[in-house]
Amino acid sequence: MTIELLVFYVFAALLAFAGLRVITARNPVHAALFLVLAFFTAAAIWMLLRAEFLAIALVLVYVGAVMVLFLFVVMMLDINLDRLREGFWRYLPLGAAVGVLVVFEMALVVVAKYYASGTLPMPADPGPGYSNTKALGRLLYTDYVYPFELAAVLLLVAIVAAIALTMRRRKDTKYQDPARQAAVKRRDRVRLVSMPAEKKE
Amino acid sequence: MSASDLPILLPAYGEILLLVLASAILLVDLFLPERLRGLTHWLSLATLAACFVLTVQVVRATGGQAAYTFGGMFVADLMANVLKLVVYAAVAAVLVYSRRYLAERGMLRGEFFVLALFATLGMAVMISANHMLALYLGLELMSLCVYSMVALNRDSATSTEAAMKYFVLGALASGLLLYGMSMLYGATGTLDLTQMAQVIAVGQVNGVVLVFGLVFVVAGLSFKLGVVPFHMWIPDVYHGAPNAMTLFISTAPKLAAFAMAVRMLVNGLIDLAGDWQQMLVVMAVLSMALGNFAAIAQTNIKRMLAYSTISHMGFMLLGLLAGVVGGNRFSAPDAYSAAMFYTVVYVLMSLGSFGMVLALSRAGFEAEELDDYRGLNQRDPWLAFLMLLLMFALAGVPPTVGFYAKLAVIDAVIKAGQIWLAVVAVLLSLVGAFYYLRVVKLMYFDEPRDAGPIAPGRDVRWLLSANGLAMLVLGVMPGSLMALCLVAVQGLYPLAR
Amino acid sequence: MNELVATLAGYSSAWFGPQWGPPVWVFVKTLVLILVITLPLFGCVAYLTLAERKIIGYMQVRIGPNRVGPAGLLQPIADAVKLMFKELIIPAGANKFLFVLAPMLTLMPALAAWAVIPFGPEVVLADVDAGLLYVMAITSMGVYGVIIAGWASNSTMGFALVCVLLVSQSLNLSDIVNGQARGRFAAEGLNFLSWNWLPLLPMFLVYFISAVAETNRAPFDVAEGESEIVAGFHVEYSGMTFAVFFLGEYANMILVSALATIMFLGGWLPPIDAPLLNAIPGFFWLVLKIGFLLFCFLWFRATFPRYRYDQIMRLGWKVFIPLTIVWLVLVAAWMQTPWNPWQ
Repeated sequence: MTIELLVFYVFAALLAFAGLRVITARNPVHAALFLVLAFFTAAAIWMLLRAEFLAIALVLVYVGAVMVLFLFVVMMLDINLDRLREGFWRYLPLGAAVGVLVVFEMALVVVAKYYASGTLPMPADPGPGYSNTKALGRLLYTDYVYPFELAAVLLLVAIVAAIALTMRRRKDTKYQDPARQAAVKRRDRVRLVSMPAEKKE
Repeated sequence: MSASDLPILLPAYGEILLLVLASAILLVDLFLPERLRGLTHWLSLATLAACFVLTVQVVRATGGQAAYTFGGMFVADLMANVLKLVVYAAVAAVLVYSRRYLAERGMLRGEFFVLALFATLGMAVMISANHMLALYLGLELMSLCVYSMVALNRDSATSTEAAMKYFVLGALASGLLLYGMSMLYGATGTLDLTQMAQVIAVGQVNGVVLVFGLVFVVAGLSFKLGVVPFHMWIPDVYHGAPNAMTLFISTAPKLAAFAMAVRMLVNGLIDLAGDWQQMLVVMAVLSMALGNFAAIAQTNIKRMLAYSTISHMGFMLLGLLAGVVGGNRFSAPDAYSAAMFYTVVYVLMSLGSFGMVLALSRAGFEAEELDDYRGLNQRDPWLAFLMLLLMFALAGVPPTVGFYAKLAVIDAVIKAGQIWLAVVAVLLSLVGAFYYLRVVKLMYFDEPRDAGPIAPGRDVRWLLSANGLAMLVLGVMPGSLMALCLVAVQGLYPLAR
Repeated sequence: MNELVATLAGYSSAWFGPQWGPPVWVFVKTLVLILVITLPLFGCVAYLTLAERKIIGYMQVRIGPNRVGPAGLLQPIADAVKLMFKELIIPAGANKFLFVLAPMLTLMPALAAWAVIPFGPEVVLADVDAGLLYVMAITSMGVYGVIIAGWASNSTMGFALVCVLLVSQSLNLSDIVNGQARGRFAAEGLNFLSWNWLPLLPMFLVYFISAVAETNRAPFDVAEGESEIVAGFHVEYSGMTFAVFFLGEYANMILVSALATIMFLGGWLPPIDAPLLNAIPGFFWLVLKIGFLLFCFLWFRATFPRYRYDQIMRLGWKVFIPLTIVWLVLVAAWMQTPWNPWQ
């Protein structure tokens, strides 16, 4: 047992624990936070696999952005726990069946002869000067530049679509235009009217 | 990096231009005042025209040979270029047909044009994909645009519901497709379709995994084509979407879906033809049966045409499944070109018939009930005649092109030795003829119920006339289009040897 | 020094055996180094609060704290003692675990990010290749503390750093500093004109303003506006929990200042390549620059009125992001021209 293996088992246990707590925690905020922990531990495991860029990207994207949004929504929704738990026994058989299926599929991948992952050769140690980030970047901008750009267009379309579907210009909103406020002249606001003095009767 | 390191982008010039111009239109539209909104319409048409011309130039430059770029992920063979030309033309026609409709309903916003152009880009990417990653990204690009276009009229509950249904089912289909792709990747170790075909041809691939992946891929494809058993979304989405969006989704995306099917099944997996052809047989027969029988019961013309789409896509599959006979690809070019011809012709027919629905609708009136077509002959004989041509073409009545398209496909099926399938197809087409001819009967032999004005713009009237008469002209002289399809299909990688 | 380290490593191997000895030694060494970094940092935070009160006091023509110790110099100690002995009040309706977790989640990233900050050439705890990414990932977690405590901020900061990345062609913070020692002006001895702040001036401003917003400092401190939401999430925290929040906030300030120094102000490099200035250790220059930026933080607080929430959002989304994207493209194009100053 090397130290790396020990660290791996620590993180793996933590990951399994966090994943379990995500689905067993009673409080949805706790569940979301455990999911954050799960992401973070998964990133640590990737780091052990020397995929430092992916690990950091996982933290940056999922922990730093996605889960923040998620947590916001969970906190704002004020989920009613009793109603969530209502259909538990009714859905249990279906859920269990799906779970068994997933386990079976994973067994297919890990154990069976089709994709015996154990038979794959270990990747060679690339040496100390090797930069995962640089290698990934190089590949992304050369061999995979076409799908990369397509994904960028996809994101652009997602922005356009989201704005097109949600933005409403309300006619009745009141807003200030500081530029106009500053540029206002006296004659725009005050009108001097010369009135004849009223006579006292 | 020097210039020699750059990929040769010539085959992709059309897509690059489309992307640049669509982005430019997005920016220009932002700063346009409301009264100049029509400018976006013309700019979009100009973009499509420019892409059309550029694609023709690309064909000239490559001499019709298959040209690859982006590390083999992008292929511009003759089939890709021909289909792209049809897509550009179809999208342009959609824009012309739907302009007045959208303007009357406050949907003539820049986003519509931008989304339509990006959807066109997605279709072009799909059509030219030679790599499953590119294929999937193109598919998602197109689908995302189409989902949001369906929901663009967000105050309408039916449109929103249709978009939601489309989105959820589409996501499911994408999941199936991705799952199948990952299986194929696991089995062959490559996502490149050409390499995949080579790996499978060598024959050292586990057959079980391959067929497992194939099943999921075919399921995903059949959703995008809209054939039984993945057809459920079609009637609801066609019915619920605004007419203009129905016109859009019923035309150009069909070409892209056809191209996707050809790329996956023919380019990548032709050595598994024995397996996927059996699946297609079942799907084709069920689609034709369900589509034609269900369409009879409809009173809404959009729903009726939706079921007709299902049956037509089933008919098109007949061409795809007749290519390889007993491992022999001898008759494949004929069969696939028949399917391609059928798809192109179907898009033209669909363009015309939904275009007619748009031409007859006006502010506050959707012209989507069959009863709205009663006595059309008395109100506008020319439009009634065009509609007659379109309905005849959809039904497959000679001398329209619909007849010839069906004939070519059935000919391929008979050559493949599946006589019973040909008989079933003919019988089910006869069933289909009933509801198309019912529209003709309503138009010519019933009294009009609706007395509102019929005032399509001059451009719409000209285009609709050209579209309707094309049914007749192509029906009499199908030779050149058919020959083009044949040459295009012969250029496909597995058939080019 | 090296001998001492070698001897200690030898003891470790002797006690824990050849297999476990080296890892244990690395563990202990790292732990000691962490303490060496964090303990002075806490001291800095303590005296930063004093500096804040003093400087703002002088700016507002007051004296500031002057009672505890000579010229008020022991004030932070007194504050710390007071906070430590104050009663910890946990609101009845609050979730105890989360309530205590929140301040720690604010402090933890602010400290963890220091692991990759270089204090001088070769003086860095972990010389990570993707150091910049690491810092961005870790600081992005800081938001959780505030969220759980009640609020969150948006970040445009990372975006501005992409330009720095582009010109220095490295994600390693030490390489970024070393990259700034080269260039047209540096060749003539005027080092400070070759630092990134000049060619990337708009990005420097965007970064620094975003950094102020990121740390929830005035004038962007909407999360704790006294007048609008009575100090926001701070209001329910007392004693040590409040102190930890406070530590986190000030440690973050020092962190972003250190980052700005490394990215734009040449890190530990002296401003002019002169033998006299080169003789001064790099650590001194680093602290000097960080100190200047921290002074700017305090200066802002004393000068500007608070921004409204929608104004912050407009500034971030409609001004900074487009500006950054355009500048990014411009810099990329600039680097391809013969007038590239980063050669």
